[in-house]
Formats: sequence, C-alpha cells, structure tokens
Amino acid sequence: MVEPVRDSATLVIEDLVAGYGAVQVLRGVSVTAPAGTITAVLGANGAGKTTLLRAIDGSVRPRRGRIRLSGADVAGRRPEEVARAGIAHVPEGQGVITELTVAENLQLGLLLRPRADRKAALAEIYRRFAILADRRNRAAGTLSGGERQMLVIARALATAPRVLLLDEPSLGLAPKVVSNVLELIKGLRDEAGLTIVLVEQNARSALAIADTGIVLNLGAVVASAPAAALAADDALRRHYLGF
Amino acid sequence: MVEFLNFTLEGLSAGMIYAAIGLSLVLIWRGTRVLNYAQGAMAMFTSYLALLVINATGNYWLGFAVALASGLVIGAVVERVVIRQVTGKPPLNAVIVSIGLLIGIEGLAGLLFGSNNRSFPPAYSINGLSIGSVALGITWNDVFTAVAVLAAAGVFAVVFRYTTVGLRLRATAFSPAVARLLGVRVGRMLTLGWALAGLLGALAGMLVTPSTFLSPNSMDVIFVLGFTAAVIGGLESPAGAVAGGLILGVVLSYAGGYLNSQVVNLFGLAALLLVLMLRPNGLFSSAPARRV
Repeated sequence: MVEPVRDSATLVIEDLVAGYGAVQVLRGVSVTAPAGTITAVLGANGAGKTTLLRAIDGSVRPRRGRIRLSGADVAGRRPEEVARAGIAHVPEGQGVITELTVAENLQLGLLLRPRADRKAALAEIYRRFAILADRRNRAAGTLSGGERQMLVIARALATAPRVLLLDEPSLGLAPKVVSNVLELIKGLRDEAGLTIVLVEQNARSALAIADTGIVLNLGAVVASAPAAALAADDALRRHYLGF
Repeated sequence: MVEFLNFTLEGLSAGMIYAAIGLSLVLIWRGTRVLNYAQGAMAMFTSYLALLVINATGNYWLGFAVALASGLVIGAVVERVVIRQVTGKPPLNAVIVSIGLLIGIEGLAGLLFGSNNRSFPPAYSINGLSIGSVALGITWNDVFTAVAVLAAAGVFAVVFRYTTVGLRLRATAFSPAVARLLGVRVGRMLTLGWALAGLLGALAGMLVTPSTFLSPNSMDVIFVLGFTAAVIGGLESPAGAVAGGLILGVVLSYAGGYLNSQVVNLFGLAALLLVLMLRPNGLFSSAPARRV
C-alpha cells in the first residue's frame, strides 16, 4: 500500500517443530504462503496459531524445520534479524509503545528503510491513515483500541516488509472497526501485493478475504485448501472452525 | 543573607554531582531494569586511571579524556560480560551480581592502587569566588562542574529525543520485545546504554574526586546520594534525576551549614527513606506506575 512491493515474496514453511520447554506445540507444520496472497491460519484456541507466527518471527526458536523467504532460510534467526529480512509481525493485542508518540512509533518502523525513503513513506502512511496523522504528536497510549490496531499495522508497513504476519487483528475491536481492518488487509494485498499470513479466531471473516487457508489442530495441519473450499466444507467448519 | 546564598550555591554545586550519578543510574534502570550498585565503584576506578595518566603526563585534560573513554568501555564490558548473564532472570540475581561487581572492583582497585587516600587535581581553581568584597561559597571548579553536568545532560536529552539512535534506545527501554520485532538490535542498544552510563559516571567521578580524595571506597557515599537523587526523580525520569540531585544537594547543604556538617550523610539517608516511604514513584510522579 505504501508503494507497490516489487520483490514480494513467497514464504515457505517446511516441517516446523517448536514449543515451550517440555511442551511441543507445533508438530511438523508445513505451509506455503504464495507471494501477493492472503493465507488464513485457522483453528481453535491452543491449536498453535500464535506459536506458528512466533516461530516464524524468531521469538520462539524452532527445533526443526525450515522457514524460507526467497530462498534464504530464516529459521533460528533472532527476531530483529528476521524483521530485517523483511518479515513484519503484528502481534496480538497492544503492540504499540505507549510511552512514545504516534509519530515516534511510526519512525521506529521507518528505520528499516534507507534514510532517503523515510520522509515519503511517512507522508504516504499519513495519507492512508488519516486518523494517525491527526494524532501524530499524541502519546500512543492515548489511542483507542481500533486506533492502536491501525498504528501497529501502519508501523509494520513502515518497515517495508515483504511478508506481513497478522495475529488476531480484529480481536477486541467493535464490529464496525473489524470490517475496516479487514478491508485494509485486503487492500494491502490488492494494491501493494504484500504476502500476508492472517491468524484469526473469526474464521468466517478471515476466509472471506483470504485466498488460501490452513486449519491447525493440536499443532498439526488438518486441512489446507483454497479459502472458498474451506468455507464450503461443512464437516470441517463444524469440527474445527465453529461456524 | 549572604550565608544563605552561599549555602544554596554550594548545594547546587554538590547537587550537580548527585544529578550526574543519578542520571547514569536512570539510564541503566530504564534500559535493563538493573540498579547498578557498582556505578560508583566504576567511577572510582576510572578516576584512578585518570590520575595515573595525569601523574605520568602532567596533562589534566588527557586524564579527563582517559576517564571518560574508560568509563564508556567499562560500562559496555560490564553489560556484555556480566549483566547479559542475568537478564531475564529474577531481579535479585542482578542485585547480587552488581553488588558483587562493587566489591570486586573496589578490591581490585585496592590491589592495584593501594588503599590510602590520594589527592586529586581539580580542573580549575578551587579558590573561592567573590563579588567585590563578598565571598561566594563556590569556585571556578564548581562552575565548571555545573557547566559540565548540564552540558552532558543537555547532550543526552537531545540525542535521546531527536536522533534515530535515541529513538532506538528509548524503544528498547520501554518495550524490548516490540523493538525487536521492528528490527532494533536490542542487545547493542543495551550495551550502548551501559556505555553511556559508564561515561556519565566517569564524568561525575572526575568532578567530585578533587573534594573527596581518591580511595577504593571514596565513591560509596556519593553513589548513595546519587541513588537518592534518582529515587527522588522517580528512577524513570532523566529530568527528575537532575532535579532530584539539585534538591538533595541544596537540602544537604542547608543541613550541613545551619545544623552540623556531621549530619549531612544522615540527612541524605533520611531523605532516601522518606521518599521511598511517601512517594515511591518519585516526588514528581502524578500518574501511577507505567502502564504496560
């Protein structure tokens, strides 16, 4: 959205095993997020959705498997290096730095761009997110929940990512705000060609904008198909998706 | 009246030192949530290095530069080698480790430099200034102290507020996990924060040592007063630490001047206790502790 991503990338995850201490959460997950598409990651609480994102971004060190982005394997790299490789993670809940202003939060994201590009990129973000432009000099802690979600997404875009990982972007937001956020995510794919991995509890709305989807259950992939096919599979919906 | 003015000026001058130590403690606390009990000992050590250079070359400013540079290096090395091992562990581990550092550095200084008091040269004259025939309680060296500390605080404020490295440092202090996700190399920022704190501590050591003499534990009391300054300011706020240092300096100066010079350190400890009991978030706190 900021400007079309020219070298958008396909994210390929192969046989990923990860967990916390003695608890193994992901038991060999493979998923491909094709360049320029939205891949929905669905499943019940505890299925391993958030752990999958945390293993991709390096916050949880994978025990086995590969995470390839345009050929390079980023599995096992530290979060800051994964971010520098072009994978932006918008974590669930409040990822804004409340003590910094809105502008400072965005500038922090811009630091991954070449210095010469930052000003134009910031202007573009403010054009797209008018509400953030209005509030640019306020502490991020004064924003509402919906505004914070806009800020963390805008800040992730500020890093000029090739892949965007979104964890429950609609959680806790008012229904009207949820549809705004979903529209925004769709726009990021359609206008900027970003590769997006979207983790959602709300399977119905995620599948409405996704191209493909996977369903996780107890740390394993139980279904992987085009979004429309997943939405049409009555048994799957009843068993795993609850709608 | 003149007496009052003199006590105030003396207090502000001493307060500048507490402010510098307090500021260095705040820097470390905000970045790593560690209270560095060895901050004074590190400043003592860099002052010894400066004294070696000054005695060998006869050049005060060369010694001054060596103190600041070695403060930077010692701060960075301590973070990388020692503090890095206890990050993410229970807070008590860091307390124990930094007290261990304090004892270790003071012991090492005793071995290397001996334990007797050494006199230490000031940067500028320590003859009292006067206006006409009225003697003021301060010297050119006190003026230099104030200018040096305020300049250092000003440079730090500008760097933190207006530069990209300052933004990275603040993001690391407020939310290291989020900073990492945005590609900030948090480890380097923590090392840098400790290095800058080491530099500030070394500056404080150079400024205070001419009036305390130099010995392996000559910075102990100064550290406690600097810590008190930081606590008065709430331990989170650089500006609060500077204000806290000046307030403490003036209060202690009145106590020493009007009551008895023996009670100064007692008053310092009492001030620390009072602030911790009555306003644990600092004198200037309005909101409750930070939201996360």
